[in-house]
Amino acid sequence: MDGQVFVGSRIRQRRIDLGLRQADVAANAEISASYLNLIEHNKRRIGGKLLARLADILGASPDALTLGGDAGVLDGMRTAASRYGRPVEMDRAEDIAARFPGWSALIADQEAQISTLEREVQALSDRMGHDPALADALHDVISSVTAIRATAGILVSGDRVDEDWQQRFHANLHADSQRLTEQSKSLVAYLDQPGQSKDPRATYSVLEAAEQFIAKRADIFLAFDEDPNAQVESIMTSQDVSALSDDVQKILRRRLMQQAADAAKLPFEDFLEAAVACDADPAILADQFHAELPQVFRRLAYLPNDNRLPPRGLAVCDMAGVMTVLKPTLGFRLNRRSDSCPLWPLFSALRQIGQPVRQEVVLPSATAPRLLCFAQAEAMNAKHFDTPLQVESTMLVIADPRPGLAPEVLAGTSCRICPRQDCPSRREPALMHEFL
Amino acid sequence: MGRRVLLIEDEPNIIEAISFILSRDGWTVHTHEDGSTAIDKVRAAPPDMVILDVMLPGRSGFDILRDLRESAETADLPVMMLTARGQSKDRDLAERLGANHFMTKPFSNQDVRDQVRLMMGEG
Repeated sequence: MDGQVFVGSRIRQRRIDLGLRQADVAANAEISASYLNLIEHNKRRIGGKLLARLADILGASPDALTLGGDAGVLDGMRTAASRYGRPVEMDRAEDIAARFPGWSALIADQEAQISTLEREVQALSDRMGHDPALADALHDVISSVTAIRATAGILVSGDRVDEDWQQRFHANLHADSQRLTEQSKSLVAYLDQPGQSKDPRATYSVLEAAEQFIAKRADIFLAFDEDPNAQVESIMTSQDVSALSDDVQKILRRRLMQQAADAAKLPFEDFLEAAVACDADPAILADQFHAELPQVFRRLAYLPNDNRLPPRGLAVCDMAGVMTVLKPTLGFRLNRRSDSCPLWPLFSALRQIGQPVRQEVVLPSATAPRLLCFAQAEAMNAKHFDTPLQVESTMLVIADPRPGLAPEVLAGTSCRICPRQDCPSRREPALMHEFL
Repeated sequence: MGRRVLLIEDEPNIIEAISFILSRDGWTVHTHEDGSTAIDKVRAAPPDMVILDVMLPGRSGFDILRDLRESAETADLPVMMLTARGQSKDRDLAERLGANHFMTKPFSNQDVRDQVRLMMGEG
């Protein structure tokens, strides 16, 4: 996503909200007023320490200025445009997003809702067509309805029915209606089972639901330095976690246990200071704490917002490329669906299990920040013979790093909205490519 | 004694209702609930027509119909399929296998009565 384009607008809005003069803010940040003016009008990229300084002056976290509620807005707008079927001024998307953030967010939000609904309809259609348990349940209901209709039809036909038969049919009607009641309840319970939300705006999968919960409770992974098992249990029995479905709770517990193990190896206070000291270099931290790289990636990604550290994102995927963990950050927001760009180090790491991969991702948009990515795929069950290898790739994303730290790779979000027409990894033409 | 209809169905109250309706209409109704022995029942006492449910314990109605059509003695036996699954693929399969009629549950008593009369040449 091209979150960078919104940063200037947000800085400007935040400054105006606080009643601060541009010149004063610029002076505090040790830049010229004209340079701040360019930033505020999205004509200069901003990141790293300058972003941290401005965020500090404006009393906001860098993430609030870079992510806010608008993450993915441009991607959402472009996807919405690609569905429209008529020419759209795609080259004006960034201008519109910067000038009308509310309307832009609305477009992106509606696009996300449509996408979610489409997937839910597809999932329900698959379920109706192929789920044997549902087919059996419906068969039972229809059988009961058939028996009731046939029996009732006999009783109201007007033909004379012997009293013995009448009693028998009445008893049958009673038994069938009771059976139908139970079958209906079972069917409703089945259709309403955990993980199947009726809210069309709700997340599609339990993985996404767990991720959303973690994003709202940013501190959830921090408190693991003493008796982590007890702390996991304490979190899991808290009121807001209890309100989640059983399936989401299972995912959350797994994530908590993993983070607890990471925290045991990488204690919060020591790790934070060490991360600041080495500018969040995972290799140095892994050496210093004798930890595995994926542990360091995860711990770094979920450190609290700190102006001394750059914005950080995280992605974890399995061998099928399905994203099991996704924490976006400035400029970084992959699709959970399987149509992500295959050029990200997250995926290239899968080709060389155990080999650390470091690359600087250059996104298609000229205003997007560069992303320094560290990835490593690890085999989770490599000690078992005759068992399919379970592999997980973990990628840490550092937004807007110092240039020249790693080889560059050109990557994007997905082919549908990527303007790089000649990319050898393109798997489908870009929609609305004449505008992209 | 009227002509004989064999109802192969496993829901007791549906069996009772259909048996009552058809008996009132002058047919002699025999019933059988187990899919795995349904062919034996047909061969032991060949009926004039069969009403055959699709989902039966032991063996599906489609498999039973296939066997009936592959045997010279029962190849032309009138068969009406009953099913709670009204999907077109089930209807197509029933037709391919040689069902004379395919009726979706729930049905009206009048429809059952009229269809049996029709298939027995009395409609």
